[in-house]
Amino acid sequence: MSNDPLLNVKNLKVTFNTPKGEVNAVRGVSFSLGRERLGIVGESGSGKSQTGRAILGLTAANGRITADELKFHDVDLANLTPKQWRKVRGARISMIMQDPKYSLNPVMTIGDQIIEAYREHHKVNAREARHRAIDMLEAVKIRDPERVFNSYPHEVSGGMGQRVMIAMMLIPEPELIIADEPTSALDVTVQLQVMAILDDLVRDRGMALIFISHDLHLVSSFCDRVLVMYQGHVVEELAASALHEAKHPYTKGLLNCLPKMDGDQSDLPILEREASWAEG
Amino acid sequence: MSAVTRKNRDGRKRARLISGKAGSLLRIVFSLAITFFGLLLVTFLIGRVLPIDPVLAAVGDRAPQDVYDRVREEMGLNLPLWQQFFIYISNVVQGDFGQSVLTANPVIEDIKRVFPATLELATLATFIGVVLGIPAGVFAAINKGKWPDHVVRVIGLAGYSMPIFWLGLMGLLVFYMKLDWVAGPGRLDAFYIDFIEPTTGLMLIDTLIEGDMDLFWNAVSHIILPASILAYFSLAYIARMTRSFMLEQLSQEYILTARVKGISEHRIIWRHALGNVMVPLVTVIALSYANLLEGSVLTEIIFAWPGLGLYITNSLLNADMNAVLGGTVVVGAVFIGVNMLSDVLYRLLDPRARR
Repeated sequence: MSNDPLLNVKNLKVTFNTPKGEVNAVRGVSFSLGRERLGIVGESGSGKSQTGRAILGLTAANGRITADELKFHDVDLANLTPKQWRKVRGARISMIMQDPKYSLNPVMTIGDQIIEAYREHHKVNAREARHRAIDMLEAVKIRDPERVFNSYPHEVSGGMGQRVMIAMMLIPEPELIIADEPTSALDVTVQLQVMAILDDLVRDRGMALIFISHDLHLVSSFCDRVLVMYQGHVVEELAASALHEAKHPYTKGLLNCLPKMDGDQSDLPILEREASWAEG
Repeated sequence: MSAVTRKNRDGRKRARLISGKAGSLLRIVFSLAITFFGLLLVTFLIGRVLPIDPVLAAVGDRAPQDVYDRVREEMGLNLPLWQQFFIYISNVVQGDFGQSVLTANPVIEDIKRVFPATLELATLATFIGVVLGIPAGVFAAINKGKWPDHVVRVIGLAGYSMPIFWLGLMGLLVFYMKLDWVAGPGRLDAFYIDFIEPTTGLMLIDTLIEGDMDLFWNAVSHIILPASILAYFSLAYIARMTRSFMLEQLSQEYILTARVKGISEHRIIWRHALGNVMVPLVTVIALSYANLLEGSVLTEIIFAWPGLGLYITNSLLNADMNAVLGGTVVVGAVFIGVNMLSDVLYRLLDPRARR
């Protein structure tokens, strides 16, 4: 693992103008990322997804991004023209979305959608692109890639759809993958399978990964480092192997909320929140 | 997986596909037949219930009683209603709608003459409406709340609220009388009318078949104004619906996926979003087309366009029931046909609807 940072984020803020006034979704998040796998954990509304979207410049139109620094290598992500963005998105940074049922175009074949992602960034002919796409479908362990290539998204299962999503986002060989709750919409039985496929590919190709999830244990088993977010702040940063050393009461609370297999535990503890956590 | 099981599965899939296609074709034919039967029943009953005496319309009110009775018998009106209906259906199936009292032609001949005029006008109007309305709607949607959106909305609203007879008269006044850009009422200049053999009844096509470009351009300059005015209304409707479908699709998750891939905004809108917009839009376009095919009476009157709307209205005003029923059945059949067409297109555009 090299140490020169891929991504530098300093004091990132995302604010939305809503009819009910300003909403601060992200309020000053800082981290730097090398070629490693970083987990961002938090409950709904903690700002973890908005952090991921801000890195790709895909904050909704009523949102505003400010940061002291938002740099990918030497590219300043805070000041890109739409044309420059298109050279970054897909080609260098990509994102795996949550639910393949909504995140794949229902009226385009899976093959066309994968080829489109590849040909946007690589000048190859249709035959070569098709070849690459089929290889990629094989790489995400789809058994009958030719058939899936010609299928429409509604014709495959959720787990299969998410593998297609992984294939589509990895095929242009980006350096950084942001996975935003990539398994939350899937059946528990296929969650680990899909995660393992993603993990393998990311390792093989030496990509960096930002894994956004609400599942602290899932994150810790697939990441090197974990950021815990609460109401738009990072409240704690931990090595994934050192979860038990968590100091912040919110992290501890999250860990305690999990039911244990052994021992009698009639009540699950409730997280007692304190207003001071939100101040960061 | 072995080659044998794969082959087996492909074979099974093919078999299911064929039976599925044949089955759905059968279902379509069946539902068409039912709908058409219902249409005939309703038009027949309306024709019999209306307080119009077809015998009187034929013989006049000074005919002696025995003539009246004989004609009534000839028309089969003394038979029980169900028997009359049966005769009516078997005639209609053979394309026989009876005689028109007004024109003294078989109704079917009249309709063969007037329907192509309406078909030509409606098709051209819908074509213009689609070609301009869809881009206008897309343009408004991607500039939501900015001036292009307002412009499209004002134009659309005007298209909705301006009476067509006023617009038609103003169009004639400006483009025909003052500017002399287009020809006046009718389908051709009076001078040309007997030059053309009605092969299809569509003036633009018949003139091309004869290879007479003077006639063709004359027909174009006659149809362009009424077609544009009708098109304005369907354009307004299509643009408004396109705008709202587009806004809905642009907020979908797969659009975000496409942006993540680094695809151009142009391709996201015209390929990804519009591909999904076309699915519901096909129904909208088909309905507005079917409405135009019914014949727009006011436009046909103003532009002296010998179409279906004018024909049915004239027949109704003269108590020519055979012609009215015949016209109504044709309009209904056109609706059924256009709906079926939009169903087929829907299936082509949306893979989820193919079963």
